[in-house]
Parts: sequence; C-alpha cells; structure tokens
Amino acid sequence: MADMGIGVSVKRREDARFLTGNGTYTDDINRHGQTHAIIVRSPHAHARIKKINQAKAKAMPGVVAIFTGEDMKVGSLPCGWLIKNQDGSNMVEPGHPPIAQGKVRHVGDPVVVVVAETRQQALEAAEAVTVDYEVLPSVSSLKAATKAGAPLVWDEAKGNICYDWALGDKAAVDAAFAGAHKIVKIDLVNNRLIPNAMEPRAAIGDFDKATGDYTLYTTSQNPHVIRLLMGAFVLSIPESKLRVVAPDVGGGFGSKIYHYAEEAIVTWGAGQLKRPIKWTAERSESFMSDAHGRDHVTHAELALDKDGKFLALKAETLANMGAYLSTFATCVPTYLHATLLAGVYTTPAIWCNVKAVFTNTVPVDAYRGAGRPEATFLLERIVDIAAREMKMDPAEIRRKNFIQTSQFPYQTPVALQYDTGNYDATLDMALKMIDYKGFAGRKAAAAAKGKLRGIGVSCYIEACGIAPSAVVGSLGARAGLYECANVRVHPTGSVSIFTGSHSHGQGHETTFAQVVAEKLGIPSEQIEIVHGDTAKVPFGMGTYGSRSIAVGGAALVKALDKIILKGRKIAAHLMEASEKDVEFKDGKFTVAGTDKAKTFGEVALTAYVPHNYPITELEPGLEEQAFYDPLNFTYPSGCYIAEVEIDKDTGTLEIMRFVASDDFGKIINPMIVEGQVHGGIAQGLGQALLESCVYDKDGQLLTGSYNDYCMPRADDFPNFDVQHTDKPTPCTHNPLGVKGCGEAGAIGAPPAVMNAICNALGVVHMDMPATPEKIWRAANAHMARAAE
Amino acid sequence: MPTTVSMTVNGKKVSGSIEPRTLLVQFIRETLGLTGTHVGCDTSQCGSCVVHVDGKSVKSCTILAAQAEGSDVLTIEGVAKDGKLHPMQEAFRENHGLQCGFCTPGMVMSALDLVKNNKNPSEQQIRDWLEGNICRCTGYHNIVKAIAAGAKAMA
Repeated sequence: MADMGIGVSVKRREDARFLTGNGTYTDDINRHGQTHAIIVRSPHAHARIKKINQAKAKAMPGVVAIFTGEDMKVGSLPCGWLIKNQDGSNMVEPGHPPIAQGKVRHVGDPVVVVVAETRQQALEAAEAVTVDYEVLPSVSSLKAATKAGAPLVWDEAKGNICYDWALGDKAAVDAAFAGAHKIVKIDLVNNRLIPNAMEPRAAIGDFDKATGDYTLYTTSQNPHVIRLLMGAFVLSIPESKLRVVAPDVGGGFGSKIYHYAEEAIVTWGAGQLKRPIKWTAERSESFMSDAHGRDHVTHAELALDKDGKFLALKAETLANMGAYLSTFATCVPTYLHATLLAGVYTTPAIWCNVKAVFTNTVPVDAYRGAGRPEATFLLERIVDIAAREMKMDPAEIRRKNFIQTSQFPYQTPVALQYDTGNYDATLDMALKMIDYKGFAGRKAAAAAKGKLRGIGVSCYIEACGIAPSAVVGSLGARAGLYECANVRVHPTGSVSIFTGSHSHGQGHETTFAQVVAEKLGIPSEQIEIVHGDTAKVPFGMGTYGSRSIAVGGAALVKALDKIILKGRKIAAHLMEASEKDVEFKDGKFTVAGTDKAKTFGEVALTAYVPHNYPITELEPGLEEQAFYDPLNFTYPSGCYIAEVEIDKDTGTLEIMRFVASDDFGKIINPMIVEGQVHGGIAQGLGQALLESCVYDKDGQLLTGSYNDYCMPRADDFPNFDVQHTDKPTPCTHNPLGVKGCGEAGAIGAPPAVMNAICNALGVVHMDMPATPEKIWRAANAHMARAAE
Repeated sequence: MPTTVSMTVNGKKVSGSIEPRTLLVQFIRETLGLTGTHVGCDTSQCGSCVVHVDGKSVKSCTILAAQAEGSDVLTIEGVAKDGKLHPMQEAFRENHGLQCGFCTPGMVMSALDLVKNNKNPSEQQIRDWLEGNICRCTGYHNIVKAIAAGAKAMA
C-alpha cells in the first residue's frame, strides 16, 4: 500500500466529518434526562467565604440542586509530579478541592454549582446566589509574591515558595565564570499565555442507576489519565465503574491534559442526582479556569572564551504556579526547562535554579512546548547578545558551539543524552532558504524607504516522546509514560486499532492508519483507528509532549509485529512450510523459493475459522496488544529564521519572511507535519508579538476575553516557508525513527522573531510581546542614540 | 413567554417554540440539533458560529432566532450536496486547511461568502476577510491556500 504508507502526504480521513459539521465534540452530546450546571466563581483573588446565600436560587424554576464545597467533600485534585528542594525536602503541596472550601485563591475559583433543568434556568439561578466574602490581601505577580512580607497564598508555603530546585554543577560553573574572557547577561520575562483552544472545555457526567457505573464525557487529551486521577484520588471510583470518553476535541495545546475541577463536579454530581449533568465553559470562563502557560522571570549569564566558545551558563528562574498545583505544573520549569539549557551547544558547565511561586492567579501548567520554549528563548536570546558583544555573526557563533555529528550520543551537563542530530544541516538549509548573504542588501533597500529591517536566527532542540518511565519516576513523576496499542484483526481481514494516544487536531486517524497500511499491506479503508474512550481502548497515557507517534506509534508497531508473527505461524501451517521460510510483504505471506502465497485476509479468516489450524500450538483469533516504554526522549531540532521590517514612525512590524528547517527524523505524513509546524509557529509568533495575560495588582484578570487578549488573526502573519532538512537524523531508539513535531514551531519561533526585532532596532533585549508601542519607544530611543 | 419562530434551514422549513431571547445559534444547535455550527466565544469574535442568513454570512451568536424569522438559513450541514463535498470543502481537505475542525464550519461558511462577492480573492484579501474567524491550529497558512483554491474551483 505504497500510496497510503509511511512518507506519503495522505489526505486526512477525519476531514470529511469536520467539513460537513458531523464532528462530535463534547458539547454536541446530550444525554437523556440531562441537567445543566453553571458554576458561580470567585470574583476575588483571595478571600474568605463567610456565607453563601442560596435560598432564593433554590426556589427558582427548574433548579435541581445547589452544591458548595461543604456538600462536595471529596479528595484533592492531584499534582502528578513531586519536585524536591535543593536540600532534599519535598515541595509544598497544598490541597485543591474541586469546589472551594473556606477560602478562594484566584478569580475564577469555583464556589457554588447550580444545577437546573435547562442552562438558562441554571444561569438565572446562579445570578441569584450571593456570596459574602472577606477579601484578603493577594499577590498576582512573581514580583509581588516574592517580596519580603508578601501576603501568603498558602500559610504553609513560606515566602510563597512551592519549591527551590536546582540542576547542574554550580562549582564547575563558578570556576568557568571566574576564568571567562567575557560574561553576557540577560534579564527576561517569559510572558504568561492563555492557551485558547477554540473549543471551550466541557464535561458531562452520567450515572447508570442499574449498574452504578459512571461515565464522563470530557474535552481531554488523555481520557485514561483523567480516569486514573479522578477515580483514584478525587472520587474513589474504581476503574471498572468509571468510563471516560474524550470524543472529538477541538484543540488542546496542553490545556486539556489536566484533570479539572469541573470533571469531578459533574461526575460526582451525576452520582448524587442520579441524572446526567452537563457543563460547558463560556469563553470568559475558559480564560479564568483553563490552566495558563509560561510566566517565568529569569536572570541568566553566559561565559565565553576569547574565540566565542561557550564555557558555562547559569540561569535563575522564578516560575509562576498560580494558586494551586495543576497536574503537570511542577515539572514544566524544572525537568522540561532546565534540562534543555544545553540547547544544541557544547557548553560544558550549566547550572539552573528554579523557584516555583504561588500567586493568586489561575494555575499555570504546560502549554505547547512546556518549559522548552522558555529554555529556548532564554538560550537563543543570550546567544544573540553574546554574538553582539563579541562582534560575531549570530549564525557563526552558533555554528562554532554546535555539538558535532561525531559527538553523538552526546551527554549534556543537564541530564539529557541526545541520541542524534545534525545542527549544521538545518542551519545551512535555513540560511540558504532566507538568502542570509543577501540580507545586507535588503536592509539597505529597507533603509532607503525609511524602514528598519532585521534578521533573527534561532536554533532549537526539544526533548519529546515523553518519556522513559524509570527516568521520570526517579525524578518525581507519579506516573509511567509509556503508551498502549491494541490491534484487533477481524475475521474478514479488516483491522481495528485501539490507541492510547488521543487526536485533537493532529490527524492520528490518518497517520496511524498509514503505519498500519505500511506494516500490514492492506488498504486504508480496511483500517479503523479508535481512540478517546476508556471503554474501548485498553489503556493509554494520551497525547502531549509530541509523544503520539514516537511513543504511541512505537506501541502500535510492536503490536503489529506480534500480529505478523502469529500470522506467519498460521500461514506456515496453511502452506505446509516451515515458519522460518515464510515471508510477509505487501499483505501476503509467501514461502521463499515457491509460488505459494496466502493473503493477510485468508490468514485472518483462518484464525477465526480454525478448521485447518495448528490448534495445539496456537490459540484461534488474531488480536495483539503492546505497551511501549521509550528508552530515551527524542530530540527534534532545527533552525528558524525571521526577517522583519519596522516602521519607526508607528512602531508597526511586518514579518517579511519566516523560514523553518526542521529535523523530525523519519516523517509519516509530510503534509500533516508541515501543518503542525505552521500552527506551532503561529502560536510562537502570537507569544512574541501579540499575546499576554495580564492581571492587575489585585489579581483581577484584565485579559479575560477576546476583546482584551490578542489572538493571532490571519492578517497578522505571512505565509511560512517550512521545510524538512535534507539530512534528517532518524531517532535511534524507536522502531519508526520518528521524533515528534507538534511543539517545534512554538519553541523555535519566539526567539527567531525577537532576535530579528532586536537586530532591526539595534537593542540588546525586548520583552515579549513586542507590541507596536514597545517597538515605537525602542525605535525612537535608537534614533535618539544615533543622533548623540 | 415562549414564542414560535419559523424559517428555512438548509432548504427545509422548520419552526420551534423558543424563549424570545434565544440566539440563532442556540436555535440551530439546541432546537434543530444541527451541531456543526459551533460556539467558541462569548464576544462575537471567533467566528465558529458563522452561518448564512438570506445569502450573507452572519455570526449566529450575534442575532436572535426571532430576527431570522422567515429567513433562508444555510448551515455547514447544508453545504455538501448529494453526499459530495462542495468545492470549497474539498479545497480545505485537499490543502489541509483544518486540524481540530472546531473553527472549520465557520471558516468554510465565511469563505463561501467571500467568494460570492470576490471570485478571485488575493492572498491579502483572504487574510483581511478572515479578521472575524479565529483558528488556533493551522496558523492560517493552509486555510488561506484552501480558500484561494476553493475560489478557483468554484469559478
């Protein structure tokens, strides 16, 4: 099935239903007898709940129930990763009740749940609920939270510190700095973002009175993880009594990984009322209840020798956790950030300290890239500053410090071991794509029309294919990060694949089918990909960290190999040949040196109609399952270059060119990979130019709707020139040689465009987002300097 | 007090008893069960709910169902004919102009209105027209390509 196999830009099979309005997202589902929940949320950043007045609401038409934290005494929404302090003690880990108990800690914290027959009735009754609060002092920024004597979000977290963690050899770093030719420094803010998947979160809890079984329909990237976390830690429901369905999901970008309060509320509530409860977020509710991303304040220093070789890097980061610890929050600034600070360079000594800080804001967790964009931004900005101060070309200082192809496997000083890569190849390709040599001419031409033109290079690496269970376990992860696949071959030879990976835009139904078509040699129409339902899929850890094809795809290959192995035994019996002489290729079992052949379909049928069958040695049926636990992370890398023009009179910026050269190893579907990179770049440029979550000093969310939070629109960007490297380095430790591509764009793009802006303006640094106002101020300061 | 509204949706006469404050999008999704029209925001910006009312693209979250009384409404479910994708839908598929699919119905409906008035839109015209449609997945690159290709196929 070469036309449907690996490496082909097969058109997506999921598109037909989405294009005709036949997708089934959670809010499209309605259960018989369904009620509707509206959540009354805290208007205060920090307050004591004195009294909840619900009598009036209770008496209103259609109201079925009103729940408060006093009613819903269940377990705490858990945090999935324990981080140790530098002194070896555990992080501070406060509880997180689904409905606030006694105190609220951020604007949007759930306080009261109103359930009614219709959504309108629930909305009206929710309006009638009043809550008396005693407003408490709050902290909404890293700066405010870490000031001496700052109000405490949690009494047990002194100085609002969740943990104080470090990685690397500080003594070696200090020694290298002592002998350095040059030290460059940067203070930067990695701006807080709100993920904004276009489908707002939604959840429906259902309870079967006959069986006592619960079902949760939810907008999740990982239904099995939700079943585990909610069942085991929050509601004490065994897996056998809890089904979690994540149907079509309208984008995730990390924000739909986590176990959220509303999922527990509707599931628990359905059990209380013995009726289904549906909750769908309004967008303004999403803004104040979806986990946010990024929000780092960092000071970093890079030591260089006289030739521009990097000697050592140190970084000190404050990372905002928000008011509660979301599912993966604690590992983002540590194991997904500090471990990436070697980048693509041979820097021999690195030390990073991260202090995680509680604030009275929405929890912060992984958002597309998660930790790796923060690391890449830090590194690629400080490297650019180093080039400037050393008077070296930004591309050449990078090249000079690249890990060479001969050095793999390469052990970094910050825990990771890169298996393979070719950083010169992606840099060379990107330089060629943008015509780097011609930049001086383009800059002069721009200057002639009064424009400032700048170019910015960014070389990224990321750790994907998350993750070897034993490794992450030793670092505090409370879960394994393998993946599961089940292959069910039906009697007629059609195949159902049950994968623990979850598709919410990535097109797995197409790419996973390509892997199956390639391995089994059967037409794609005979392949069904099933995901997103714990009642159908045996197990799964879900989709995040660009892990689906690298981990889920590898599990699928393992299960397919088992099918082929059993098929060979059956075929050998049918063809009266020795198993070792049976070959399987293009959907046919053949005996070497003969014209004997059995199709995959014939073997499948024999497995289910075993009249002529090696029944004493082999069970009937053809179904296999595999779990795959990766041996290492995968390391996609690449080079992005942006070229911008700035109008110094207005501060407006135009991206003239954006080129991307990526190394994702082996590629299953180039069209889909390119689309993933486009989307990632757009989110990265959104962070760099447009987006920023803003709280005022009292913890009010100022960017709480699309009126205030600047989402990228079509007219903000040019077309992107995205290409795959001509010298790919396939991953060495998974059977497909794949590395993952979902996050690269969001990781590589921000420093590329910010370096271009700094280059155009001749400034050392500018924090994101680079709004026209910021650019205008910088452009005019630049002119003032030039005049001096 | 409930009121009755009647209109033509995707060529079929429909009516329903609704509260006067019911938005057109609620009528379409909840009363008619046509869930291809989506709601992605509460400030009339995302464009996931775009439908055609009397041949013009409208954000169905910005008008009341009662305002569409007697109108001819086209939703995404009415675009493909006889089980065959419309050339614009086909262009989105062909050019990978969608990922999660949530904004897609609004994008297609909006694109159809653009092409109705501008048979050969330039890249910049397409990008400007999409001001009222937000996509978080594609970076717009392939949507722009798809609309240009769709326009060509419709010519």
